[in-house]
Amino acid sequence: MNSDGTSSTSGATGSGDSATPRRNSKRPKYSKFTQQELPACKPILTPGWVISSFLLVCIVFIPIGLASLFASRSVVEIVDRYETACIPGGFRKDKVKYIQSDSNKTCRRNLTVNKDMKPPIYVYYQLDNFYQNHRRYVKSRSDPQLKSKSKENETNDCKPEATINGKAILPCGLIAWSLFNDTYSFSRSSQKLQVNKKDISWKSDREHKFGKDVFPKNFQNRTVKGGATLNASIPLSQQEDLIVWMRTAALPTFRKLYGKIEVELKKGDVIQVTLENNYNTYSFNGKKKLVLSTTKWIGGKNDFIGIAYLTVGGLCFLLAMSFTIIYYVKPRRLGDPTYLSWNRNPGGGANN
Amino acid sequence: MGHGKIRARLRSSLYTFSCTNAPKKSVEFDELQGPGFSRVVMCNQPLLYKYRNNSTSTTKYNALTFLPIALFEQFNRVANIYFLIAAILSVTPYGPYNPISAIAPLAFVVGLSMVKELLEDWQRMLQDWKVNMRPALVYNANGSFETQPWKKIKVGDVVKVEKDTFFPADLLLLSSNYDDGICYVETMNLDGETNLKVKRAMDVTLDLDNDASFQDFKATIKCEDPNPSLYTFVGNFEYDKKIYPIDPSQILLRDSKLRNTSYVYGVVIFTGHDTKVMQNSTRSPSKRSRIERKMDKIIYILFSVLVVVSLVSSSGFAYMTKYKMPDWWYLHAPDNKDLYNPDKPTVSGFYHLITALILYGYLIPISLYVSIEIVKVLQASFINQDMHMYHEETETPALARTSNLNEELGQVDTILSDKTGTLTCNQMDFLKCSIAGIPYGQGASEVEAAAVRKMSMDLDAEDFDHFSSEDSTYEEEVELETVVTSNDQDHKRRIKGFSFEDNRLTSRCWWKLPNPDVHFLFFRVLAVCQTAIPEENHETGEYNYEAESPDEGAFLVAAREFGFEFIKRTQGSVTVREADPSSPEPVERDFKILNILEFTSKRKRMTVIVRDDKEEIFLFCKGADTIIFDRLSDKGRTYEKATTKHLNDYGEGGLRTLVFAYKKLDEDEYRSWNSEFQKAKNSVSSDRDDVLEDLSDKMERELILVGASAVEDKLQQGVPQCIDSLAQAGLKIWVLTGDKMETAINIGFSCSLLRQGMHQICISTKDMLANESVQNTKSDILMQITDGSRMMKEETDPDAAYALIIDGKALTYALDEELKTQFLKLAVACASVICCRVSPKQKALVVRLVKEGTGKTTLAIGDGANDVGMIQEADIGIGISGVEGMQAVMSSDFAIAQFRYLERLLVVHGHWFYKRIAQMICYFFYKNIAFGLTLFYYEICTAFSGNSVYDDWYMILYNVAVTSLPVMSLGVLEQDVSSEICLEFPALYQQGPKNLFFGWYRIIGWMCNGVYTSVVIFCLTIFIFSDPPYRSEGQTPDMSIVGATMFTCIVCAVNTQIALLLSHFTWIQHCFIWGSIVVWFSFLIIYGVILPETSTGSYQVFTETLAPTPLFWMTILLVVMASVIPYFIHASLLRSFQPEDHHIIQEIKYLKKDVLDRRMWRRERRKGRHTAKIGFSARVDAKIRQLKGRIQKKGAHLAPQEML
Repeated sequence: MNSDGTSSTSGATGSGDSATPRRNSKRPKYSKFTQQELPACKPILTPGWVISSFLLVCIVFIPIGLASLFASRSVVEIVDRYETACIPGGFRKDKVKYIQSDSNKTCRRNLTVNKDMKPPIYVYYQLDNFYQNHRRYVKSRSDPQLKSKSKENETNDCKPEATINGKAILPCGLIAWSLFNDTYSFSRSSQKLQVNKKDISWKSDREHKFGKDVFPKNFQNRTVKGGATLNASIPLSQQEDLIVWMRTAALPTFRKLYGKIEVELKKGDVIQVTLENNYNTYSFNGKKKLVLSTTKWIGGKNDFIGIAYLTVGGLCFLLAMSFTIIYYVKPRRLGDPTYLSWNRNPGGGANN
Repeated sequence: MGHGKIRARLRSSLYTFSCTNAPKKSVEFDELQGPGFSRVVMCNQPLLYKYRNNSTSTTKYNALTFLPIALFEQFNRVANIYFLIAAILSVTPYGPYNPISAIAPLAFVVGLSMVKELLEDWQRMLQDWKVNMRPALVYNANGSFETQPWKKIKVGDVVKVEKDTFFPADLLLLSSNYDDGICYVETMNLDGETNLKVKRAMDVTLDLDNDASFQDFKATIKCEDPNPSLYTFVGNFEYDKKIYPIDPSQILLRDSKLRNTSYVYGVVIFTGHDTKVMQNSTRSPSKRSRIERKMDKIIYILFSVLVVVSLVSSSGFAYMTKYKMPDWWYLHAPDNKDLYNPDKPTVSGFYHLITALILYGYLIPISLYVSIEIVKVLQASFINQDMHMYHEETETPALARTSNLNEELGQVDTILSDKTGTLTCNQMDFLKCSIAGIPYGQGASEVEAAAVRKMSMDLDAEDFDHFSSEDSTYEEEVELETVVTSNDQDHKRRIKGFSFEDNRLTSRCWWKLPNPDVHFLFFRVLAVCQTAIPEENHETGEYNYEAESPDEGAFLVAAREFGFEFIKRTQGSVTVREADPSSPEPVERDFKILNILEFTSKRKRMTVIVRDDKEEIFLFCKGADTIIFDRLSDKGRTYEKATTKHLNDYGEGGLRTLVFAYKKLDEDEYRSWNSEFQKAKNSVSSDRDDVLEDLSDKMERELILVGASAVEDKLQQGVPQCIDSLAQAGLKIWVLTGDKMETAINIGFSCSLLRQGMHQICISTKDMLANESVQNTKSDILMQITDGSRMMKEETDPDAAYALIIDGKALTYALDEELKTQFLKLAVACASVICCRVSPKQKALVVRLVKEGTGKTTLAIGDGANDVGMIQEADIGIGISGVEGMQAVMSSDFAIAQFRYLERLLVVHGHWFYKRIAQMICYFFYKNIAFGLTLFYYEICTAFSGNSVYDDWYMILYNVAVTSLPVMSLGVLEQDVSSEICLEFPALYQQGPKNLFFGWYRIIGWMCNGVYTSVVIFCLTIFIFSDPPYRSEGQTPDMSIVGATMFTCIVCAVNTQIALLLSHFTWIQHCFIWGSIVVWFSFLIIYGVILPETSTGSYQVFTETLAPTPLFWMTILLVVMASVIPYFIHASLLRSFQPEDHHIIQEIKYLKKDVLDRRMWRRERRKGRHTAKIGFSARVDAKIRQLKGRIQKKGAHLAPQEML
């Protein structure tokens, strides 16, 4: 059989030269591809490779894990859950009724700064149990309408918040309709802290998805109001709260950027928050939180990734160790023919 | 036309009534008008009756039917139906995503499969076209024969067929170039028999023997309707107002070939699809490979997973809708379509079920079928392109006629092979002879030579580490194998049928040898005792012989080479040109043939009685040794002992032997015998045959032995080596042949399926007595089977091997419902099985028995039309192409030019294909589970609303662009070990039949890996990208960002996984794997810059939000590592504790141990063969045992070389 291979190979190459004048039309053309002889690298999992790749992963992952854990730990975050606290005592039994009433919903909260916070300090609102990712909700928007004035009547996807009295609502759809409408203002020692609400949305959204010449129309004109109203004289491209809101969150618990405080907060500072508690999360028992946070390269407080990196790194270290032990205790010489099946099965093969 | 028919009927009835003296055997007119006998052929007036024309078509579709039929076939697949329904539903509001994302992949997949179908059908059409356009000589109105394509031939045409061409349709033979209207026909395409058959024209048409005589030729044939029976024909020939019956010997069938006759004239009776051969052809059944059938099961499993997941999802949805959704004011529920109606949660839940079934469709790999199909087509092209399977002489490359069964080639367990034309060339070579007790013919038996060589090598290895001779023995070993091939090539240049090498005889100086008169007689018997026809080759002046059996041809060639050239046969004489010591020129001598007592399988001998030029009467006889030895006279036994010894040697070498004897007769003695013989011959009594038999027996006695001959039934090139390797690869080889038992056994010896010392279990019906009841025969055969089984059970010698030889008649009973399990059990336990005298149908039945009885994959290989049944029945059918017959090839799945290519086809291609497809399918399920389940997990986060976190386009791309090419490169290019190693270690092949790579353990393992990967990808991404800001600019992640990140993770993880799986990286794999990741990123970038209206959430998602974010890149790294670690651990552990054979060999190659430690390499190469009980090596081993035993017996330590 070896001979078969060699003889026909030689035959093939040999007559390959002489074949040119002949009429061998059916003869397969030689190419490394068709003969499946392309040069190839054939890596195999030697113990060395196994151990060193585990070690390599370990070497890469542990520093990254440490660095991100460190970064995450150095983020200062103040979280204030206020949805219950902001309901006056008498209304706590029926929060929904309170929130749907016309009474004054201003609420004051004090936040203590535990650590120095370097600007920019990001202000977030965090909602919970709010399914912004629900299919019905996500689909209920009209991107063409938001972008260009000429398409303001494209509201097919927006039902039931598409039209009012036959006129298109702009921005239409459930997402816009349920725009978050709690507001926050901050002061430190009765000195107002300016909240910068500019550039809290993505630049591409402002410039390409929300038109500069598109103004809200017929918005929240229904009897049942969803959320916030919009100033009809400001083009959508500048309605950044809306733009942020329209980027639907992936999970039912989400944070959205409210604004930035661009002064440093010192440890021990007490921030007074005046908030208008308008948004109804009470129907579905959703929490509302106000978050002040600084950021690092890793973003906000996020220990998970650091821990995950350390875990994988550590695991790889353990694996490297155990494989070292395995190879040491029960070594198998590479390419040891005694492991071939015909040598392992008793009775197979000759006596040598 | 109706009018014409009536007229014809009228006229013919008139003729019939007028011809009261028609021969009595002619078929009654009424019978010929009845149902089934309606055909009327107006000879030479083809336009009078319109039957089907002679074009044939084997295509599946035509222009009109292609679309509906092909579409129907496509949607016959469960998965495709599912996707079709999904596509239709996706247009409705229930569709979870853009309808295009459901329709586009389906259209692509179905379109591609249909294009493949179209191309295959196109190939078939071209082939048909080639056949239909073959030229034929047809008589036209102008009174001459003109060339027309086959398809234009009409019923009633008179055609002229020339030597060595095929009959274009079923013809009635009118006349031939021979005066008596005979012609020789080769029917290999029909029944696989290669001997020529004689057809004889009716006497009345004999004078129609030149082109001009057809001017006024008018006749009518009334005959049966088209039917598939090859050996019957019922019809009348009406000519010159007389009716003659037609019998089958006057019918020339399409696809048989005119031989040995310069031309014949014939009338076309059946054309095209009406011909017997086309009526016999059955559409080849569509075969599916084992792996594919298993794959269907997996798909059903996935379907159930899909349904379960969808049910979970929709009940979750119904729950949420009922209890939670009323509180979610921002959803404005209920809507007006009941999709979200808290009051009707079941209705909404039902709608959602539809959505969910579509959404989770990613669990079922839509592209799997199409990817597999593409991969298989490419794989098949590797077969077609393989230069090692290209046959130079016939210019035939190997051909994969279907690509469905590629991986099945790697799982074959039993090979059932035809003999003639497949294993042998149907050519006899005169190899050796023994005359007057002296053996002639050089060249030691290859088996013996190899045994000695191998034994000396083993002794070397045992005694002491043998210095540098190692290399020389190594070379020798290789040489042994090449010697055979090169020898074969040498033979080609020599005389066909004569491979005799011995100058003592070929130099034509035999009279200088001792006993020249015996030699002289030997040659004379060779030349005279035969029934062949000589044919002069006008170019060389040499004679070729058309003989009934190829042995006879070989004898005549041998006689010619020895100086006894048979040059002429007339009715009663034979002329031989004999070399004569007394004259320099050869002398032509006439022998009057007085009697020929023909060869039959019962008599096993043939005798001619001749009167030579000196008026002396001789009886020349040749026959089987046992028969002849019984008939020798006392003084004729001079050389018996020596001859017997030689015969044994020849027999062991797998040669076919015959013994030659003669006797001189007295004139009176002969005359009295002959008168008795003639009388018996002319008698019509019922015991005529017995009397003749007795008389012959009386005559063929008191013979004088002159010698014996050994003829090699020439095996095709490389057959023994191929069988050897296949046996070492653990394959069982059965030979199914129509030949006689003796021939079959001979072949068994010469291709090492049998060897000396092997226990042969012969099962045959005892000389069939007519009155023996079926039941008795059956119980007799059962007894033979149980005897055999018992014998095997009691065997203690581990080296003992059994061979089962069964003949066709016994097989009829053995295949019976009652006996077949026992028969199969015995047959499977035997090292080799030879079935002789089997009919085509029995071949198919045997294949079915093995296929269904053992449940293993069977492969049938054959070359003739008689093998079609078995080729179609077997899991894989292989046709031998390159020979003229196409029937076998047309019904086969693969066609190769020579049996020996089977080794490469199975051991290299099959092995690779099996592994590739197995790994590919496993990986496919893995990648789709990994992706599909993330959709489900996300559902849970969206209150089961049926929303997907990914953009629609990502999902389309997943199967089409970013994961398809790497897995296809796996399917096309992966090689665990190189082709040389596959051939060097045939035992590696066993991985296929044992199904190591597609067992449930492995499949479930991969599925679990997919589940794990999906969990890791989803959880890590979701936890990392939960609520906190994910970058220093403070933005929080939204759905499009999470979706893009998760999808990137999947693409990277899945592609890294396949990179780990591969063991063979060419630039193509690198390109595809890393390219897929690049493609994904480029898509993300490009998709991000097009209009925001189309890309919506994904607009600039990569450039603006992901690329500058460290967390994004960190997530990918983390997820990819975390998802491949388990596989990596598993693979490493497996390799260190339970390495598979290819792992070790990869390592040996990797460390170049094969070069550094050649001894080990050679040893392993030898051991890395399945210890087979058949094959050349096994035979060598047996010989070694025998020789060793002999050495021990002698008690002397003789060197093995001295032994010989």
